[in-house]
Formats: sequence, C-alpha cells, structure tokens
Amino acid sequence: MTGTDTSLADFPMRRPGVAFPPPEYAHFREQPGLVRSRLPTGAAVWLVTRHEDVRTVLTDPRVSSNPDHDGFPSLLGRTGGVPSPDTMPGWFVALDPPEHDRFRKTLIPEFSVRRIRQLRPVVERIVGDRIDAMLAAGGTADLVADFALPVPSLVISGLLGVPEVDRDFFESRTRVLVTTTSTDQQREAATKQLLRYLDRLIAIKRKRPGDDLISRLLAAGTITPAELSGVSMLLLIAGHETTANNIALGVLTLLMHPQWIGDAGVVEELLRLHSVADLVALRVATEDLDVSGQLIRAGEGIVPLVAAANHDEGAFGCPHRFDPGRKARHHVAFGYGVHQCLGQNLVRIEMEAAYQALFDRIPGLRLARPAAELPFKYDGVLFGLHSLPVQW
Amino acid sequence: MVEISVDTERCVGAGQCVLSAPDVFDQDDDGIVTVLEANPDADQAAEVVQAERICPAQAITVREG
Repeated sequence: MTGTDTSLADFPMRRPGVAFPPPEYAHFREQPGLVRSRLPTGAAVWLVTRHEDVRTVLTDPRVSSNPDHDGFPSLLGRTGGVPSPDTMPGWFVALDPPEHDRFRKTLIPEFSVRRIRQLRPVVERIVGDRIDAMLAAGGTADLVADFALPVPSLVISGLLGVPEVDRDFFESRTRVLVTTTSTDQQREAATKQLLRYLDRLIAIKRKRPGDDLISRLLAAGTITPAELSGVSMLLLIAGHETTANNIALGVLTLLMHPQWIGDAGVVEELLRLHSVADLVALRVATEDLDVSGQLIRAGEGIVPLVAAANHDEGAFGCPHRFDPGRKARHHVAFGYGVHQCLGQNLVRIEMEAAYQALFDRIPGLRLARPAAELPFKYDGVLFGLHSLPVQW
Repeated sequence: MVEISVDTERCVGAGQCVLSAPDVFDQDDDGIVTVLEANPDADQAAEVVQAERICPAQAITVREG
C-alpha cells in the first residue's frame, strides 16, 4: 500500500464504551507487518498494534518524538494542542536524546519510587478532603468533577508549590484546559493565563525559594527559568486528565467487579485494561527502519497504540478480562523507552489512595446510571469518562 | 544464580525495577538505578528477569551465572 491509497482505513477508530479498545485492533494485530491508515488530516500513518512491535518502535533511535520533523503525525482536535520545543521551551516530551536527557535527568529525583512514597500522606489527605466534601454535599456526586479531576489537580499544584490562596484560580484554569467541551478560544486563554501565572510563580520562587519542586529545579540550575515554565506546564497537563480518567474508569470497573475491591493487583491491571493514553505516543521515522518485516521509510508517521499492545493475546491471555491476579506489570500503558511516563509512580499512589478511601468510607457507593449509558470519551485523545454519576 | 549489570547512563529513572524486585534494585538520590544485590538468589530470579524486560531504557542486563 502507498500513501496515496484511498482505501486506507480511517484513524482513529471510534471506541466502544466499557469494552475499549476498538475491535479493529485485534484484526490489525493478525495482519503481517504493520497496518497503513489515514488520519483526519489526510496523511497516511503506520499503526503499530502488537506488544513487541510497540516496544521496538518506542526504543528505536531512528524513531523521533519531535513534531518539528516533516511527516510527524497530527491528530485533529487534540486537547490543548501539541506544543513543539520551538513554540514552548521545556516541552521535553517532544525532544529526542541527547537534548531530552538534561530535562529528564533533572526531574527524575522528584519522581523516584522513594520520593513518591513520601508523598503518600499528602495524597491521602487530599483524597480524604474530597470525600468529606462529597459526603457533606449529600447522597449523590459526579465522581469525575467532584473527585477524579480535583485530586490530581490539588496534588500537582501542591508539588509545584502553588500557594493555597491561588489553588482555586489554578484549578479552574486547569479544568478549562482538560475539559473536552471547552472551546479552542477558552483553552488558548486558559493556557496563556496559566503560563503567565507559572512565570510569576517561578520569579517569586527565585527570590524566595520554598520546599517545592520549582524551587528545587531552580536550585539545580540545569533548566533555565524560561524552560521551567514549559516544564511546569507539561507536568501540569500530563498528570491531569490522564490520572483523572484512570481514577474514574477504575472506580467504574471496580463497581462492576466488586469482588476485586481491596486486591493488591488492581492498579496495575486497571492501567493495562484502560490504557487511557492510547493515542498519545506519536512518532516519525528519521531513517528507514524495519518493524516486523515492514519497511518504514524516513519521514513516515508512526502511531504505536498502547491500548492495542496491552490487549495483545500474545502478551496477556484473555486480554479483555479484568483479572488483577495476572502479572500485568509488563504493560505499556505509560509508554516505553526514554519517554515512559515520568509521573507513573505518582499515578499509582493516587489510584491506590483513591480506591482505598472511596470504598472504605463509602461502602454503599454505586452507579446512578447503567454503565452502558455513561458518557465515555468516544472521540477524545484520551479514553475516559466525561462524568460518572454515583450515589450512596 | 543470576548476575546483574546496569548502565546508569541509559537509566531514565522510571523505577520499574524497584517495583519489580525491591530487594535487588534501588534508586540513588538522583533517581538513578543502583544494584543492592548483584548476585541474587534463584528465588528472586523471576523478579529480576521481569525488571530487565520491563526497564523502559533497557539499562538492565541479566546473565545466567
């Protein structure tokens, strides 16, 4: 097939609700080589759907995540848009090694397993406060707006060192950014306001450092204040809707499989099963390479589908079954390679704390609407729920 | 018996090894992998092999000793 073939399947495929991912993925995995597909922009891309192929693509140095390269795939309607290193200094997910490494190495002490475990009491307090507020408001709630979104928002603002008095502003602007019903104009305005706020916050921290991530990064001196705005914005966005979707979908799945509530394996299995960031890792080949016998030419776009990889029969038996008893740790829900999610251990802590406190403190928690009628993010870049009405 | 070596230059600090085999791997103050037990027992072999396999930076090498 060639890039001008008009018979290519349109991508992305519409996702079914609870039974994510799209059924086409299973068919794609059985095809030899890779599947050629067409984006809404009209450009053709290679879809990568097998677990081993996704790992291969995401670790090959001939594959770039820099959108400034010709042929880089672009999905229309991406939440918040995709900045490039040119438009936003410090947006290091779009940089390749070795430029990328300076940012990652500076940030990893902040997200080590030990450091994140130390944050557990902070996360638990935030989770507890949200549950108090839901209980005080009555017997019903929208678990997305009232819980799943505010938790990561409050965690990341605390981590960055946003003062308590500014949290409402910070959270409301962030909410605009991650709400799919926001218009492009609203989103653009919110981005500007947040960047302006972060610039000011960084300037204050330069004069009066505190016990927070921004102050420590300034002290390290390897990231410039201008880059630090982009880094902070990236941390803010990356950990937000992804975490919120993971928390909300996890509550739904646990309500549908209550026998697993409290099991130690649920978080890893929920991450695998839902793979919310299926469409996030976009790539382009900078040199010719071969993947599973398929020649990818320099300048051709590649979409490694992490949900497809995580539902590959070859890597996970009965992949559509929710089975926390399986050893799911080799899933690629956080990506793979040098860009693998920096905040993954924070996500795990947030999910653990959320499920533990919710089901302990609200044992009568149940859905207020049938699961099949819930507003899933069928066409969003991230899989998730617009809302999750619950009662107790 | 297995023998472990790590490439600290490649390490991206994801911490997957620490979660897989907490008695064998740790992260230093910079978040970079350190090996607590270079020759782990046979009963830890499966965890160590998993750590090698899931390391996103492919910074861990395990050899059968």
